Amino acid sequence: MSMDTDTALTVSGLTVELPKGTDRRHAIEEIDLHVGRREILCLVGESGSGKSVTAHSVMGLLPKDQLTAVAGSIRLEGEELRHATEDRLRDLRCTRMSMIFQEPMTALNPVMSCGRQIDEVLQTHTSLDQQARTAKILDIMEQVRLPDPRRLFSSYPHQLSGGQRQRIMIAMALVLDPVLLIADEPTTALDVTTQAQILELIKDLQERHDTGVLFITHDFGVVAEIADRVAVMQWGRIVEQGTTEQVLKRPDHPYTKMLISSVPSLVPRHRETRRAAPVVLRTEELAMTYSQGGMFQSKRSVVAAQDVNIEIRRGETLGIVGESGSGKTTVARCIARLIDPTGGRIYIDDDEIARVSVGQMRSHRRRIQIVFQDPYRSLNPRRMVGASIIEGPMNFGQPRDEALARARELMGLVQLDPDALDRYPHQFSGGQRQRLCIARALAMEPELLIADEAVSALDVSVQAQVMDLLDDIRIQLDLAMLFITHDLRVAAQVCDRLAVMSAGKVVEYGDAAEIFANPSHEYTRALFSVAPGRDWTFGEFLTD
Amino acid sequence: MYGFLMRRLAATIPVLGMVALFVFLLLRMTPGDPAAVLAGDNGTPQQIAEIRETLGLNKPIPVQLGIWFSNLLQGDLGQSYFFKKDVTELILLRVEPTVALAITTLVITVLIAVPIGVIAAYRHGTWLDRCVMGFSVLGFSVPVFVVGYILIYLFAMQFKMFPVQGYKELADGFFPFIHRLILPSITLSVIYIALIARITRASVLEVLGEDYIRTAHAKGLPNRVVLLRHALRNAAVPIVTVIGIGVALLISGVVVTESVYNIPGLGRLTVDAVLGRDYPTIQAVILVFSGVYVLINFLIDLTYSFLDPRIRY
Repeated sequence: MSMDTDTALTVSGLTVELPKGTDRRHAIEEIDLHVGRREILCLVGESGSGKSVTAHSVMGLLPKDQLTAVAGSIRLEGEELRHATEDRLRDLRCTRMSMIFQEPMTALNPVMSCGRQIDEVLQTHTSLDQQARTAKILDIMEQVRLPDPRRLFSSYPHQLSGGQRQRIMIAMALVLDPVLLIADEPTTALDVTTQAQILELIKDLQERHDTGVLFITHDFGVVAEIADRVAVMQWGRIVEQGTTEQVLKRPDHPYTKMLISSVPSLVPRHRETRRAAPVVLRTEELAMTYSQGGMFQSKRSVVAAQDVNIEIRRGETLGIVGESGSGKTTVARCIARLIDPTGGRIYIDDDEIARVSVGQMRSHRRRIQIVFQDPYRSLNPRRMVGASIIEGPMNFGQPRDEALARARELMGLVQLDPDALDRYPHQFSGGQRQRLCIARALAMEPELLIADEAVSALDVSVQAQVMDLLDDIRIQLDLAMLFITHDLRVAAQVCDRLAVMSAGKVVEYGDAAEIFANPSHEYTRALFSVAPGRDWTFGEFLTD
Repeated sequence: MYGFLMRRLAATIPVLGMVALFVFLLLRMTPGDPAAVLAGDNGTPQQIAEIRETLGLNKPIPVQLGIWFSNLLQGDLGQSYFFKKDVTELILLRVEPTVALAITTLVITVLIAVPIGVIAAYRHGTWLDRCVMGFSVLGFSVPVFVVGYILIYLFAMQFKMFPVQGYKELADGFFPFIHRLILPSITLSVIYIALIARITRASVLEVLGEDYIRTAHAKGLPNRVVLLRHALRNAAVPIVTVIGIGVALLISGVVVTESVYNIPGLGRLTVDAVLGRDYPTIQAVILVFSGVYVLINFLIDLTYSFLDPRIRY
């Protein structure tokens, strides 16, 4: 076979069938793509578009008896894989093709040391002796820039940070120098700073080892950072394919255009200031220290938030941005009194609520409502959505008929069909569920709405719609909103004011536009400098 | 770790104290008079009163409790009313059969239950899986004594492979010892095999859906290695928990099995002591059993931290 040596992977006409009784016949249909050595091809698409099915087909990791490749071919360096035996596929995995996954937290075996997990690859695929294997492992750990490889060799995954675990995964994948690396959303679960480092690492190793990379992502910022070429998927088909420049700047397909235009801009929207409106929420020196332990354990304590002074006026959105562990969610939960702060004061209008008893707190509960991150898990799956929405108001004494009428109104407000109140959560899509969660929160007629990463789990096109909806509601109802996010792009679009948190403290606080234009704290500057795709403006297309 | 050991051991003392107090009071509250039992059917009221006097049963209950407790602290479990022996001696004589029965049962259970559970999980949805699950339902529903008599009928009376009843001490040689233990152990283990096979299947099945199992497959590891090295070890914590609970529950199963197979162990001693209202013996046996429960729980906790590096005390 005369396959040129510059090709790592060629997929042509690949079709994978879904089991009967699902909403469409094929998971993916007639996929054509090609990954050269020394090339990064980004496969972009929203959830359910078939990106992961494509990747798993190549690796031969499709769940048996559920998904089957029925047509087309997959060639790795010219070798046909679609009809390869299970043994042959096992031989190829990690030697010629490797894969890394989204969740570094769960992708490593928690009860086996990191060194041993890499060693397994060498034991299975090579006949090297122990000494040679250890040397090779330490070398690849060095290459993925893990600090102190000897110590990490015998560490367990839970002792490592998310970024370090992903480096272990990469080391495992690349230790035998495969020609193809499949990376399935490898940075989605990581903080931006770590994400930037991992992207740089993948790029660097790929160049040094002449590896072809099939990089799966939903994030156009990441695409802009890393891709040589881009393939866009929708409903199991590739709708557009081309160089990064071409796809991002001169997209052909309307779906691509829509996707790229939905990427929120890093330049804040112009917004009116509301400095004259009354203050709804004010915190003074708010602090939260978690402590653990008791009679049979030694005491440990973690300072999660400290000296937090923020205020929100009616009709205004305050964003809290920061990386995981910065304390932003702790602050939100303290304000809603889901947890009891260990210090400081919280005022709603003029009522202090940080220290009131649980019984007294009850009358204040309806004034603060939260919309959580994961719409799939924050609605009771066994209750009709109508029941979930009216439960709160009825709890506070509203008659059922009145609460139901209000629920129908709210369904209209969040742009859902009022007749859908007697359905169950699983009959709605992710974006619709988040609208339901918003309706549920609004049913209580709160003065303060807290959105805790409320758009982070949504696909980019849905995300844009829910962000717009939240903004509309804020204006219509003149609500004060606390918006927690790790995504600077989202923050730029919805926040009037911004609090940047790091290690439990607010390091910068002020007008969003001002902070985005002139970040003064070094942490804020560092955060902005690693935002993926910061050098691109998405959605301004060029026409020839 | 050393600190943890000490703290855990210290925590067992109040537990055992509570058990002792509870057992003592419970026995005094239940109807039945040891003196009447000892005097026999023809005992006169005067004889009964004399026996009460010698046993100290006519003293006020708090005084009886005080005496028992202070003896207990000196390591003296008292004298059996019924057997007229030191309870300590009595228990030591009966410990070997019970411990031997428990250990062989445990070994048989683990050797059978864990592998069939793993296979059922690996082949879930197939006829193999359904067989294992079917056996498991059967194992739960058939009472211990029925299993015991069926096994005796088949293997002892029809095929004459094993003796019908009886026990030989280990000192008399290993083969006669184990030969007489096999049927009782199998009888006892049926229900535990059913239980532990089910838990193993559920636990391994859950682990097989984890991301790191996908990683292991992506590394090109053979299925056997993925199953044993990656899945089973991660599934082990709930399995060990249930094995631990099983060992504790075993003690109640021992009572019936020892009666069916006529083995002179602690189970039989318990039955005899209860029938004879032999307070010191009942109290001592229950204390020993609860000591064993506490010890098992402690061992399970230690096993957790050995199995899973994330669990540290």
